[in-house]
Amino acid sequence: MSARRPRIAILVFPGSNDDRDAAWALSALGGEPLLVWHADAELPRVDAVVLPGGFSYGDYLRAGAIARFAPAMEAVVAFAGDGGPVLGICNGFQILCEARLLPGVLRPNASLSFVCRDVSLVVERTDTPFTARCEPGQALTIPVKHGDGCYHAPPGLPDEQVVLRYSPGENPNGSERDIAAVVNADGNVLGLMPHPEHAVDPLLGSGDGALILASLVDAARERSYEHA
Amino acid sequence: MKATVLVRPKGGILDPQGEAVERSLRQLGFAVGDARVGRVIDLEVDAPSAAEARVQVERMCERLLANPLIESYEIELQEQGA
Repeated sequence: MSARRPRIAILVFPGSNDDRDAAWALSALGGEPLLVWHADAELPRVDAVVLPGGFSYGDYLRAGAIARFAPAMEAVVAFAGDGGPVLGICNGFQILCEARLLPGVLRPNASLSFVCRDVSLVVERTDTPFTARCEPGQALTIPVKHGDGCYHAPPGLPDEQVVLRYSPGENPNGSERDIAAVVNADGNVLGLMPHPEHAVDPLLGSGDGALILASLVDAARERSYEHA
Repeated sequence: MKATVLVRPKGGILDPQGEAVERSLRQLGFAVGDARVGRVIDLEVDAPSAAEARVQVERMCERLLANPLIESYEIELQEQGA
């Protein structure tokens, strides 16, 4: 018997542009992605949610500031409150911060330049639904592409909430403490600036992003059995 | 009621835009320092009194117009026709 394909919602905002890449990657890794329009007030029955990369609402005001009030986001807040795994990639990370599902905020890159390249990352935690397939301290190569990726942590953010860091000398945007990915205190909501969905096939460079997304598919599958 | 909201990066927060503006001004020969870049939002608020308008605009700032973690805001109100 083949493993169940867990259903994973991918929110689509006006200006999202990595939603289909995320869907392709999650499907290739054993998930069943469902694109959900931002104006829908309810999520379909799913076992994980992904907020994809892009430029929702043109990044007007602050990146993610307007998207957080989309009707679907209320459903995402409820889903996260119920312990469901939620992954925000790039613009999705920005939206999760603005929605206060994650601490801190993402600001314009210190260089003021848009940065688009592979970066080297270090895995700080493997006990999350997003990094369970990684080894502690493992180095990952995953591309970034953003103008607003400079992470500003709230005072006193514990190191335990830092899941990925840019490798020494690799920080592409001036993020405090080289933070590339942050998880909430409950451990079920994660945001990261690098794009794992662009690194799932070694043919296109690195396949390291598959470790992140396959971890999420595993967590979603587990949840689908628990909630069956 | 016309309202003007001034949103600024809080003190101590890195402001790369302000730094770039300052560098350009210095290149042009101006002796300046501590340039900070914020934003201005003009609004027309339907409210019975200035006090009520201020309460409304403060709520707008807290919910959307500013991120209190990194930005401060100031509200200026002007009676219509004044």
